[in-house]
Formats: sequence, C-alpha cells, structure tokens
Amino acid sequence: MTGALDRGVDAAAYAARANPVAKLAVGLSIAVAMVLSLDPVTAGTALLLEVVALPWCGLSPVALARRSWVALVAALAAGVGTALFGSGDPQAAAAVTARILAVTLPGVVLLATTDPTDLADALAQVLRLPHRFVLAALAATRLLGVLSDEWAVLGLARRARGLGGGGPLGRLRDHLGRILALLVVAVRRATVLATAMEARGFGAATRRTWARPSRLHPSDAVVAGYGLLVAVAATAAGVAAGTWHLVLT
Amino acid sequence: MTRSSGWPGAVGVAARGWGWRYATRRAWAVRGVDLDVAPGERVLLLGSSGSGKSTLLAGLAGLLDPGEGADDGTGEEEGSLHLDGVPARVARRRAVAGGAARTGLLLQDPLAQTVLARCGDDVAFGLENHAVPTVEIWPRVEAAMRGVAFPYPTAHPTDQLSGGERQRLALAGVIALRPGLLLLDEPSAMLDEPGTRMLREQVAAVLAATGATCVLVEHRLAGWIDLVDRVVVLDRTGGIAADGPPVTVFAAHGAALAAGGVWVPGHEPGRGAGPPRTPPATAPPGDGEMLLQARGLTATRRARARAGLPPVVAGIDVTVAAGRALCVLGDNGTGKSTLALTLAGLERPVAGEVVAGPRLAAGLRSPSPHRWRPRELVSRIGTVFQDPEHQIVATTVAAEIAVGPRRAGVPAADVEARVEELLGRMRLEHVARANPFTLSGGEQRRLSVAAVLAARPRVLVLDEPTFGQDARTWDALVALLRELIAAGHGVVAVTHDAPLAGVLGDAVLRLGSEHPDRGREEPRVGAA
Repeated sequence: MTGALDRGVDAAAYAARANPVAKLAVGLSIAVAMVLSLDPVTAGTALLLEVVALPWCGLSPVALARRSWVALVAALAAGVGTALFGSGDPQAAAAVTARILAVTLPGVVLLATTDPTDLADALAQVLRLPHRFVLAALAATRLLGVLSDEWAVLGLARRARGLGGGGPLGRLRDHLGRILALLVVAVRRATVLATAMEARGFGAATRRTWARPSRLHPSDAVVAGYGLLVAVAATAAGVAAGTWHLVLT
Repeated sequence: MTRSSGWPGAVGVAARGWGWRYATRRAWAVRGVDLDVAPGERVLLLGSSGSGKSTLLAGLAGLLDPGEGADDGTGEEEGSLHLDGVPARVARRRAVAGGAARTGLLLQDPLAQTVLARCGDDVAFGLENHAVPTVEIWPRVEAAMRGVAFPYPTAHPTDQLSGGERQRLALAGVIALRPGLLLLDEPSAMLDEPGTRMLREQVAAVLAATGATCVLVEHRLAGWIDLVDRVVVLDRTGGIAADGPPVTVFAAHGAALAAGGVWVPGHEPGRGAGPPRTPPATAPPGDGEMLLQARGLTATRRARARAGLPPVVAGIDVTVAAGRALCVLGDNGTGKSTLALTLAGLERPVAGEVVAGPRLAAGLRSPSPHRWRPRELVSRIGTVFQDPEHQIVATTVAAEIAVGPRRAGVPAADVEARVEELLGRMRLEHVARANPFTLSGGEQRRLSVAAVLAARPRVLVLDEPTFGQDARTWDALVALLRELIAAGHGVVAVTHDAPLAGVLGDAVLRLGSEHPDRGREEPRVGAA
C-alpha cells in the first residue's frame, strides 16, 4: 500500500520489471494447466520449472519465505490430509501439494514484485479494462491502509468506553460493533474521496490520458512465453508419463 | 508558480435564487442565494453550521447534478448557478473535455483526498482526467509541486505525509489544472498551526501568481482574513445575511457571527472565561492528590511497534494531580496522542510505567491502568478522542451517554438521571433520539464529552478536544473543563491550541525533537 516495494525485493530483476499483465499471463497459463489434470508429474514439472525461474524474479529467499509460508503450510496440510483421510495414495498427496504450490507461486511473485499503481495502469491501458473501475479500485486500496489505522483506534476507543472484555460472547459482540463502526468510517471517507476525485475531473469524460504509459515490451513476451512453456511442458510430461488425465471428464 | 501564460482567465460567478436539496434529505441544504462574484475577487463565505456553505462550493465545482428524471440525480435544484455565463455543471464537463479545469476544490479532510500512492501520481491524476497529453503532464506536475513549495520528490509515498503536507499536495493537484476559480472548503480545519501557516502562504502565493477568483469557507479567520476582499454571510433560513468588505461586515455583524460560532477578529472566544486559571483560594476537593503518574515512560502505538519503528516518546516523567490540568503540547508527529493514550490505560507502556494513585486504583488488582478491565477503566479514566466518530458505540444520543455508566455498573435509575442531566448541560436535548452519526461537528464533540463524563471518571484525558470546533463549542468546552478541574478532577489535554493551554494553565509538557526540554515538565502558573 506504500507504493514502494518491500526490502528483499529486487524490482529491477528480469521478471519483476515485466509488465504486470505479462506476470498475470504466467499465472493464468499455469493455473489452466493445473486445473485440467491432477497428477504428480504435471504439477511437479510445473513447480520445478517455476523454481528454476525464481532467480530472475527478484525475490530473496527470505522475502519469498515470508510471503509464501501460508501457501506452503496449506499445501503440506492438504497433502497430509489427502494421504491420511483421502485416497491414502501418496502419489495423490504429492499431486495435491505440488499443485497448490505451482498455482500460488506465480501469484506470490506477482504480488511481491508489482506496485498496485503499475498493476492498475496495466489493466486499464494494456488490457483496456474500464479505467473508471480500475482507478476507483486503486483509490480504494489506498484507503484500505488508512482504514487499518482506523481499526486500531476504534479498538482503543471502545476500551475507553468500557466495552470489550468478558467472555468470548462479549468479545464477539464487541467485534461486530467495531466492524460496524469501521464501515461507517469507511463510507464517510470514501464519499469525501469520491468528491475529491470528481472535482479533479474523474468520471466526467470517457477519454483520459496516462501519466505513466504502460506498454508491452519484447521482454514481456519472454516472461509470458515462459509461463506458457511451463504449462505446455508440464502437461506434456504428464501425458508422456501416462499420469495425465482430464479432471473435467 | 506555473507559467501564468498558460493560465486561462479568472472566472466570474452569478447565482440567481439558487438552491439545492439532497435527494436523501427533506430540507433544502441551501436556498435563495443571489450572488455575483467578479473575476479575480476573493470572497470569504461565512455562515453557521448547516447554512449550506459546503453545498454552495460543491455546486460551484459543478458536482451537483439533479439529473433528468425524478430519481435520476443526487438532488433537486432551483434557480441558476453560472460560471462565466454557463451553468456550473456544464462548465465542469466542458473544462474536462477542454483540458483545463474552470474550478479547483480543496476539501477539509487531508486523509480522504489523497487519491494515489505516490505524490507525483496524485498531482497528475487531475491532468490525466482532463486528457492533458502525456508529454505535458510531468512538467506541469513538477511546476505545481514547486508552486506549493512541496518538499518531496514525485516518487515520495503519500502515506508518509503529515496532514499539512497532504493539504499542500492536494492544492498542487488543484493548481496543476489551472482553475480560474479556487474553492477552499475549510482547508485548514484539521491542520496544526505550522501546517495552517504553510497552507495559507501557498494559497496566497497561488492567488497572487494567477489572479484566480477565490471562494473560501473557514471558521478560524486569523491569517485568512488578509487574503480576502469581501465577506459573504449565508443565512441559515435561506439567502444572504450580509455582504461587503471584511471591516464593514465584522463591524455590523461581528457579535452575531461570533455568537453563531465564527472566530471573528475582536470577538475571539474565551474572553468571557476570564484570565488564565489560578489555583483558587480555597483548595478544591482532594487538591494535589496524585491520580496518575508516569515514570520513565516510553510509549508507542501498536501499529508502529509492529512495523518495527522506534517509539515516539521516551523517558517521560509526569504527574496528573487532582484539581490540576496538564497540557501536552507539540507539533504533529511528536507523540502527544500516543502519550495520552498510554496515560489513559489504552496502550501498554513499552518501558517505564504508568501507575494510578491509591484512591484511583482502590479495589483493583493492579495499579497499572492498561491492565484494568474496560468496565473498571471507564469509571476511573475517561478518554475523549480527537475524532468523536471513533468513540460512537450506540444508535441514539441518549443511549450513547448511558453506555459508560451502565458498563460501570451504575443502577438503571441513576443512569437515567445522569443522561438527563448531561443532555441538558451539553445542549443535546433536541437530538436525544437522533443517531450520533447525523449530528453536526460541534454536537458530536459535546456528545463525546458527555458520554465520557457520564461514567464520572476522576481523570479526563482529551486528545485535541478543540480541533475543528467553532468558537461557541470552544467556549463551552473550556468552561466545562475549568469547572471539572475546580471540582477536583485531573485533566490531561493534548492540544495544538495555544489559547486552550493558556486558559487551562497549570502544567505544560512540551514534546518535540527540536525542543531541548523534551519530556520535561515546564512549570507554569501554579504548577505543583
């Protein structure tokens, strides 16, 4: 939300500085391949090819671990769950784990290396999504940071009023009240923000120019192409190994 | 300043019987306005709260649209409101298509009008909407940022700005569009004194360089008054109550305006409150008794600690005593609020301690307020937050006042009596059944104080209680605080408001890195 990326992220890395749309394309290609078949060879190959490309993604091992540990835990838990309570087949368990990681890893890289402003620019200019919606959503993400501060203040204010404490039920009721208060604050702020945006000409004309042109470069084709390659190679490996079968049928 | 050659001319305003009613309200927000403003004129728009000043500015900005059908737009319009002979709404649409705004609007809330994450992008936002060619955008962004003496580069993140810096950034975003009419809607109401001064200087520079017409709404007139050459007062019942040069209007209507809450020069509030408080000849009950004490206190906000940032206040030794006021002064970002919240038992001390006096902590397991249960805290230390809306927890004004005493275990009949008494005392009877969120700013402030007092805490901690308040509410607050102090309460007031500190007197704690006396208690009138 700060506009600047975290430490541990090298924004100048080859894949990191690709157009956000190219990074989205990578995630989408791989996700399609992973949805089509659930087998250890396809998912494992995809994951392997993703890990091979990591050095070009600009994420230090620490930054990667910090952002992907939730996915890692979820993937392992799903795998263990499948092995214990599902088919009991270790191959199926490995497939589930590898598949979750293969789908989430491109997403982790996209989020870690992409500034929300650049993403909005790319969505509106490259993908030609309606700029009103994209920019309104972008302004809303900035407001989210403000609201997280408000959330903390609301908690203190409620304690000062004598609320909270006392059993889980009381805490639940207090939480609901706090959420309601946050909603009211959010609507107020959003109304003012909308006025400020309209006063600067937002939403009055269909044509607008862009201070930060977002264009596709040859390197974006390389990044998107690699995503496609991962999807095709993984599927081919699965088919060759005979483990690939269409989930949909 | 932006090259004046590129600046389209100043805009003239003509309103004829103009009025606006929001679709969600039954009453007209503003009605019967007949007003001519010549190009280049600078008008101060006054009127009591609820007289429709902000609505008139929104109308001038072309943001009010009655739409085609009955349920189409956002409200109902009567009469006409023209900019250079063209309806304001049409003027806005044409301006957006033509690449230069006719009007620029600066609002009150600094946090809510930053659109994008980087300063330069935020200024560029309006230019993009006006379809200014990309190659022209950045030179104009940089010129506009220079024009308001903005101290950071274009890539600086907006979420690290102070309120005053945000307002200047918003001003840059407005002037980058070269508007012929500058509309300022209480732009400094939420700023501290240095922030207000800077903003005022930049507005003056912009007006001098561009010759733009200006319509300004402000409660605190000091400083702004020199910028304007005409004062127009809106009548609450519709139409215009007064119109003329500042000197003439204030001479004829000064007292009436001050009574309506405007900070009129020569009619500042607090005059009736008498000289700075001195300890009375007869000591108040429990005089000087220690209520709260901070020893070697280091404090930070939870969010700050989580982000790995260092604490903002450190090594504070201070005592809150019965019948005394402690004013915590300092600019934005010096940790005044953090200190207050920690003293009030809401934030946990990072190092050092806050202990309550034996009588305040009587019957509790711990002398540390931050360990107390909420229901134990509410009847001992009351905290009034800077934004009254943060502490609203009930759906009616009467219920809001009842929350505190009820949580503290006060019998129902007594709760009712306290609610009645406070409704009367704080002039809130007429809104007793209203939703607190629908009240005016002054009413909300009075409610927030009433709701805290209802639980009868011995210690009262107030964070910027006079922020953005009109002169009438200011007077009422000061009178109430002095009364509480005289009755033996301990008061901690965090404030930028030097006059407030002046009349509360007693001890002053000044925070701020530029002060060598950081964290030291400054003895003042009657300090213990």
